[in-house]
Amino acid sequence: MTTFDNPTVTPVAIGGTRGGPDAPTLRQDRWWVQPLVTVTALTAFVVYSAWAVFVNKDYYVGVAMHRDLISPFYSPCIAASCVPGARGTAVVAGWWHITPALIVMGGPLGFRLTCYYYRRAYYRGFWQSPPNCAVADGHRRYTGESRFPLILQNIHRYFFFIGLLFNVILTIDAVMAFRMPGAGGIGFSAGTLVLCVNAVLLWLYSLSCHAARHLCGGGVRKFSAHPIRHRVWRVLTPLNAHHMQLAWASLLFVAFADLYVRLVASGVITDPKLF
Amino acid sequence: MTDGTADPGFVSETEEAEATEEAEAAEEATVTLRVWRGDAAGGDLVDYTLPANEGEVVLDVVHRIQATLAPDLACRWNCKAGKCGSCSSEINGKPGLMCMTRVDELPEGPITVTPMRTFPILRDLVTDVSFNYEVAKRVPAFAPLPAGPEGYRMQQVDVERGQEFRKCIECFLCQDVCHVIRDHEDNKQHYAGPRFFIRLAELEMHPLDTNDRRELVRQRMGIGLCNITKCCTEVCPEHIKITDNAIIPLKERVVDSSYDPVAWLGRKILGRHKRTAEEAAAAAPH
Ligand code: SF4
Ligand code: SF4
Ligand code: FES
Ligand code: FES
Repeated sequence: MTTFDNPTVTPVAIGGTRGGPDAPTLRQDRWWVQPLVTVTALTAFVVYSAWAVFVNKDYYVGVAMHRDLISPFYSPCIAASCVPGARGTAVVAGWWHITPALIVMGGPLGFRLTCYYYRRAYYRGFWQSPPNCAVADGHRRYTGESRFPLILQNIHRYFFFIGLLFNVILTIDAVMAFRMPGAGGIGFSAGTLVLCVNAVLLWLYSLSCHAARHLCGGGVRKFSAHPIRHRVWRVLTPLNAHHMQLAWASLLFVAFADLYVRLVASGVITDPKLF
Repeated sequence: MTDGTADPGFVSETEEAEATEEAEAAEEATVTLRVWRGDAAGGDLVDYTLPANEGEVVLDVVHRIQATLAPDLACRWNCKAGKCGSCSSEINGKPGLMCMTRVDELPEGPITVTPMRTFPILRDLVTDVSFNYEVAKRVPAFAPLPAGPEGYRMQQVDVERGQEFRKCIECFLCQDVCHVIRDHEDNKQHYAGPRFFIRLAELEMHPLDTNDRRELVRQRMGIGLCNITKCCTEVCPEHIKITDNAIIPLKERVVDSSYDPVAWLGRKILGRHKRTAEEAAAAAPH
């Protein structure tokens, strides 16, 4: 019996035997649905985009159809192999003769791969580390992001800036989509709408980035000494809370925008002029 | 270990005679808790069935088991209001507070109640959480500049920033669910865990603090081990956005100090020094 006169000190134990049944998880709900959905959706996106990148056709709707629509996967089109009209003002990679989408995809791909949200999604879904909360890790050894190669995730902020560059370019594409060459000069078609929504979603996704939130003001110790940075931080913080939703929305919409341009370019559908 | 089955005869004969449908339903309604009983030598799940009461939380049922079927069942609790952080356990495999988990919100069937998995077992639902106290001793204390003639002054925005982190009730559910130590015991030697990342973030965001803990956080607190899978945020009963507001900001601060070539160049040019882990740790109580 423990009394005040005779207290027994609880020994500090790091290690020791664990309680509870020895099972990978005792969860009874359908915890596997979430990682399964993630894996399915990301795989579908990867398969679709790989196909879209390598078919190397139908990515531009030009003057023949009185439009100026380019698929976001192929923009900026800077290779010699770009179809006429799709090409930006400068051919930067004149020596590039295979699919032009391959040169530019590194930027957005690196941005999304190192994104804090996608990291969470693929660590859970693909790497099973952990598959879901309170479900045992699929691996015996674990070093997280403390070693090569995952330590490279720390360069995310640089990809953020590259991502911004792409946003500017895709915004220009959206503005260009108002052009209706040979059909009244300027107008607004469903294709214009698609590229505009795409650009807006990409901006929202980038601006809700955790690295952006840190760089704009989150990194300061004393908000009161940096009123402007604090202001910007206060604008980005509520966006950041929806980073996951924006990540999915912008990802799926990029694929949709590509599909739309592709269907119009290949003549499956015609792009209706709204006004 | 006894397999207790409750005596459902709590409805008196006169009431039974009235035999309204409601009473019949009440008579039939039972709740079964499947509780892990045992200690370091081993243990097992034991079923306890009791008449169901409306509006109960899991802790209520545990208390009724203690009062009727198993007086020797060990559990920790204190406030029954989700504020002391004592009654942490795993309910149907999910880390949670027994006093804040309503029975009627759980699916039909036996409710599994087990001790927190990450910490060594003492008995039944009680675990030895001293790991957390050991880590706490390694967190360098608040190190303010000497006070000016007016004492310390802080602006409201700076005061508000750390408030979220102060809501922590030290239930250690986040530590329990974190797979870095839940599934990899060896990491406990060099990992602080989410509860202490919020403490470290609060200090790093404190306008009066002078200690630069970034190297310490990187080298000894194991920020790189966290893979931001957010389970800590999912289980926190205080709804602290642990990953978004503490861990990722800490990771970004560590990028500033160790992984950003531009920041590195800036430090070289400006001749700025970053504190080593040893220097930062010197301010820790332990
Ligand atoms: S986000 Fe990090 S600290 Fe939180 S549970 Fe996951 S690995 Fe652990
Ligand atoms: S951060 Fe939340 S889950 Fe972790 S100990 Fe504090 S209150 Fe509990
Ligand atoms: S955190 Fe997702 S884009 Fe930066
Ligand atoms: S008894 Fe205090 S938190 Fe549950």
